[in-house]
Amino acid sequence: MKILVCIKQVPDSAQIRVHPVTNTIMRQGVPTIINPYDLFSLEEALRLRDKFGGEVTVLTMGPPMASDSLRKALAIGADRAILLTDRSFAGSDTLATTYALAQAVRKIQEVYGPQDIIFAGKQTIDGDTAQVGPGVAKRLDILQLTYVSKIESCEPVAREIIVERRAEGGVQVLKTKLPCLITMLEGSNEIRRGTIDDSLRAARAEIVTWSAKDAGIADLTKCGLKGSPTIVKKVFAPTPRSERAAFIEPGKTASESADGIIGAIFARKSSLEEDMAKLASGS
Amino acid sequence: MSDTPVRDAPAQSRASAKKELPEHFRDYKHVWVFIEQERGEVHPVSWELLGAGRKLADKLGVELAGVVLGGPGEATQHAVSEAFRYGADLAYLVEDPILTDYRNEPYSKALTQLVNTHKPEILLLGATTLGRDLAGSVATTLLTGLTADCTELAVDADGSLAATRPTFGGSLLCTIYTLNYRPQMATVRPRQMPMPARQEDRTGRIVSFKAELDEESIVTKILRFIPDRDSAKSNLAFADVVVAGGLGLQSAENFQLVKGLASVLGAEFGGSRPLVQKGWIGSDRQIGQTGKTIRPKLYIAAGISGAIQHRVGVEGADMIVAINTDKNAPIFDFAHVGIVTDAIRLLPALTEAFRRRLSPHGRDRLAG
Amino acid sequence: MIDEKFDAIVIGAGMAGNAAAHTMASRGLKVLQLERGEYPGSKNVQGGILYAEMLEKIIPNFREEAPLERHLVEQRFWMMTDRSHTALQYRSDDFNEEKPNRYTIIRSQFDRWFSRETQAQGAIVISETTVTQLVSDAYGKVIGVATDRRGGTIFADVVVIAEGVNGLLGTRAGLRDTPKAEHVALAVKEMHFLPREVIEARFNLRGDEGVVIEAAGTISKGMTGMGFVYTNKESISVGMGCLVSDFAGGSETPYGLLEAFKNHPSIKPLLEGSEVKEYAAHLIPEGGYNTIPELFGDGWVVVGDAAQLNNAIHREGSNLAMTSGRLAAEAIFQVKSRREPMTKQNLALYKKLLDDSFVMKDLKKYKDMPALLHTQAKNYFLSYPTLVSNAMENFLRVDGTPKIEKEKASLRAFIRERSWTGLFGDAVRFARAWR
Repeated sequence: MKILVCIKQVPDSAQIRVHPVTNTIMRQGVPTIINPYDLFSLEEALRLRDKFGGEVTVLTMGPPMASDSLRKALAIGADRAILLTDRSFAGSDTLATTYALAQAVRKIQEVYGPQDIIFAGKQTIDGDTAQVGPGVAKRLDILQLTYVSKIESCEPVAREIIVERRAEGGVQVLKTKLPCLITMLEGSNEIRRGTIDDSLRAARAEIVTWSAKDAGIADLTKCGLKGSPTIVKKVFAPTPRSERAAFIEPGKTASESADGIIGAIFARKSSLEEDMAKLASGS
Repeated sequence: MSDTPVRDAPAQSRASAKKELPEHFRDYKHVWVFIEQERGEVHPVSWELLGAGRKLADKLGVELAGVVLGGPGEATQHAVSEAFRYGADLAYLVEDPILTDYRNEPYSKALTQLVNTHKPEILLLGATTLGRDLAGSVATTLLTGLTADCTELAVDADGSLAATRPTFGGSLLCTIYTLNYRPQMATVRPRQMPMPARQEDRTGRIVSFKAELDEESIVTKILRFIPDRDSAKSNLAFADVVVAGGLGLQSAENFQLVKGLASVLGAEFGGSRPLVQKGWIGSDRQIGQTGKTIRPKLYIAAGISGAIQHRVGVEGADMIVAINTDKNAPIFDFAHVGIVTDAIRLLPALTEAFRRRLSPHGRDRLAG
Repeated sequence: MIDEKFDAIVIGAGMAGNAAAHTMASRGLKVLQLERGEYPGSKNVQGGILYAEMLEKIIPNFREEAPLERHLVEQRFWMMTDRSHTALQYRSDDFNEEKPNRYTIIRSQFDRWFSRETQAQGAIVISETTVTQLVSDAYGKVIGVATDRRGGTIFADVVVIAEGVNGLLGTRAGLRDTPKAEHVALAVKEMHFLPREVIEARFNLRGDEGVVIEAAGTISKGMTGMGFVYTNKESISVGMGCLVSDFAGGSETPYGLLEAFKNHPSIKPLLEGSEVKEYAAHLIPEGGYNTIPELFGDGWVVVGDAAQLNNAIHREGSNLAMTSGRLAAEAIFQVKSRREPMTKQNLALYKKLLDDSFVMKDLKKYKDMPALLHTQAKNYFLSYPTLVSNAMENFLRVDGTPKIEKEKASLRAFIRERSWTGLFGDAVRFARAWR
């Protein structure tokens, strides 16, 4: 099987802070990581490869240092890594991103052969939109299966795949044909640690780097800022509520503090007491 | 009625953060809300969106439409009438057996055909698994802009949709516009917008639409549906009282104190994201930007610092009570009541105190 | 079992590890470096100060690209009581030279740069990989390592142990004893964000000038320890540390001490309006010369904190680490050039180079200080600071008391607290240990 996994290098958002004076993002020194959701898709791809044989290619669109994430993916076990990087991609929103990525996928299929499954992450932790997977699928005119919690069966020869897909209140079991695009639900598998061999191979690997031209992207007006229908006009820190919390003094004992809190709650809204009493009694 | 875009989207120069709407988009009008229904039930986020959509439509002086896709039958009809009750002026109805259960192919085909025919200026969907699966396909097909997980929707002086959402991991907010493309699409998470009032007698007009769909050409088939076991489900999003814990509790063991208080209150329990990462709670109990948004009457946060990622998930609560040992914790900036003390020591006492206060005897004693 | 063999495996990508790996790789050796953290620097904590001289010997033009915060032009030594401090301060414009001598750095960024340089020399660096044991042959010679990744033993001619202060690997392999609680300090640190202009105004700095404050006294509540404040470009590092044995024996906690330190009337205004950006804690070797373990053996050498090469008196650790790493690498290179095996006998060259350098000479000089500070902790950290503070206040407060009486009162206080013999003894002991 030939499997492609699209990943993204993102800042570790847990460590991002806001400059208290200028209100800008302090990105300096914030380490970058592979978007955590992508890892579940990568792991699933590797499992399919292990089962059916073949190769897993990892693709990312990003600045030159996105090669760090590609190496990490190789160290986990991917066979090949491709970096799509070009200044004309700067400022891309999801539509512009999917345009470039889809074209890169076409190029990959041209050079390395048709891909049976394309995996993408469910969403990114820096954008959260979950749009790139579906967007790429649409542009390539292939079927999409998002929020997949399990691949029940895959028949590469018969070109069939059955998956379980998370829906409201339950799971849909869907059958479709290859090629298709899949995004995996977090926690759907356990991500492996690469072996020493994988690590050494990753450290030494030559990462294939493509500019827009190399990838066959003809129309640069569809990339970057130019190709982005959405525009970020304002970035700002959330305004604090005008009123800070009313503080209850802790009592000498925890019990005293507890009474103080309860008193404050019901003093602010006496109707709450009855609602809560009903709820507590189970009625 | 095709599902390809009407025309190629215009190129946008770096300088044009200005509204210069191309000619062929100028007759796009009205605000549409996708009414999400599955297996006979409408996802409540659809009503919340009608509430938000109503405000946008009123400001623009246009109509609010609900868009209902589904199989023929009572459930679909019910969705239409409910849409009117929650504020829609009209409903676009696309009824087809092929649309009985959600699949990406027929739904995105039908919705894009509908959009190309009836041309809304704004299209809103819930940021649910279905909504996100659908929105990305439709926006890409229409080659228009989509802003996801919005926390606020408004209309600018020039009639453009201003969609605000968290960015950079939630540390900041940003306002995004789709100035020169139509429709302007946005998804909103459940419980982000308030539930509008339901007016029993309200009705509207129905516009039926026949989508060009053909089961033969649809590749994905639904084999079956496996419902979740009831016991596994949490009702966090709709609970009236929620108790949550954060890293301040220091151990999974101490987190049991949160569960204890929730149990006595008949409340739901949850936690901040780091607790999911540590394995103290499942991801379905995560409260915050990437977890669940809640709007309870009472929210008790124990040992939670209150970073913005958490804040956006709980700001809609009527009353927020925060317990934290750090008096400078950001949670005190938006909580209503606060106490600077150790939650680990307070929670058992609070549980006991609530138990006494809320028990039938306790209340009689107070009243008497 | 993987197929290839390396000339050297370096365990750890901190100051010592990077220095060793860089030096060997730049001389053409095939080097594999294994770091247990997510990335080089993720597990390293320092105040911290970079000593240019030592880094220049490894990367001469480091100033061009290394992430450096401020170059130091001023140092303050503060003797503190709960409400006061008595200072010895030195500032010189001579430190504003073309190639400044000391800089403040932020380890997570610096180490990552150092590691990139090391990789550019050809070393292979693998992170998120913990070495679980040293692998030896039938004769007890170390021939490689096993890690927590599948793939078996990785073989090398020599293993450079740069694993840091915890020294778990070395202890497990029987190469050293577990460090004793009185030979290790636990330090905690916070980084406080402040705009540049505020830092510059508060500390009287222009451009990238920087200041270091090193403080000791009642702030450590009678325990052996000290506090520090370092200025970075847009943040201030503030921290406190004491001997682990002192913490274990008492009721103080490291963060409790740090809170009190931050709230000290002399420190608090310096941090006013800042936003805390990061917490960190780390262990620091404090035992000095007398606690240095065996430094080399058949197929292995130990460098840096893992070898207890830290000059606690001068708060110099990173330069000793870097230098020991470099010297170990030089020794290994020489043995390799002579096409000889990495036996204990041949690797003795490393110790010789170390003995000839400032590293051992400085550590030898101060070998008695750690014990002295520990046994005399109450004197040095409680009595003397209080006496000095009172004497200074007495001296400065003008209240109509005749000066001669003031002087007598101060002197009497000293004698009452320590007695003449005590004072004399303290002076002699200190002088001896210092020399």
